[in-house]
Amino acid sequence: MSRYDWLLFLHVLSAFAVVTGMVIFSVAIAAGWNRDVPSDVVRIFRVSRVGDPLIGIGMAGVLAFGIWLAIDVDGYELWDGWIIAAFVLWLLFGAIGSREGKVYNAARDRARELERSGGDSPSPELRSLLRSRRGLWLHVASVVIVLLFILDMIFKPGA
Amino acid sequence: MSVLAAVRPDSWNFPLFLHVLGAMVLVGALLTAFAAQVVGWGKDSVGGATLSRLTFRTLLIAAIPAWIVMRIGAEWIYSKENWADVPDEPSWLGVGYITADLGGLLLLVATILAGVGARRQSRTEGGTSALARSAAVLALIALVAYLVAVWAMSAKPD
Repeated sequence: MSRYDWLLFLHVLSAFAVVTGMVIFSVAIAAGWNRDVPSDVVRIFRVSRVGDPLIGIGMAGVLAFGIWLAIDVDGYELWDGWIIAAFVLWLLFGAIGSREGKVYNAARDRARELERSGGDSPSPELRSLLRSRRGLWLHVASVVIVLLFILDMIFKPGA
Repeated sequence: MSVLAAVRPDSWNFPLFLHVLGAMVLVGALLTAFAAQVVGWGKDSVGGATLSRLTFRTLLIAAIPAWIVMRIGAEWIYSKENWADVPDEPSWLGVGYITADLGGLLLLVATILAGVGARRQSRTEGGTSALARSAAVLALIALVAYLVAVWAMSAKPD
């Protein structure tokens, strides 16, 4: 296998890690939508914890191996339109993802507080935190950005 | 170093997009289902049942549709690239077929086991379900197989 083959594999694997993280968060958001019992919510957030390192490592890998590929492959340049578009999408994803994280981390922290305080009765406050319209729209925006990213990588407009 | 390795006719792009997107969501759903089951191991029966249901629903609503999209995309791009006319197919293509189809079978069995396991856990008062655990193990095996396929499909070894 050539260096190009390895770089492409690692670039694609990083993209798989990002999408895997997004699937985990999507499932967690859907599963938490109708929940208001703190212990249930804490359990769901335990599952979604797997997604944090996947998105972090995946985003770093996509960028690093993507830049390496663009430099290494004849015919690709870092200033090609589709590669600049990928950089912009990468930055947007990071900015929106961090805002989304704050919304759902607040719900997770509140669920943990309620569970620790010994009251595991349904909490309308927790339900409203999990049903945050802002959090949902930020997540939808993240999903759309990831889809645009994959489309950009496959269609390579202008290449 | 390398010539434009990714040059391909525009008409191949959409089937490839479907194939890649389906594969990505499939891998994500399998890991989610596995993680939900593992988090549920050793927990009280109520929590275990919640997470077993999450495993089952993730496999049924996310993994199976993603497998179908991945497989449709695979056949579509296979026909576009006219691989059927090539006498000796490359080994990476064989790896892709074997992992996709065997993984699909594992996925189907895992979904059934997860569904029956989650149902039993909801009915009984204690313990975790061996069926749900088996589903998680099968999901993990399928996940590993698909990661091998990702390597074969992207690096394309001879």
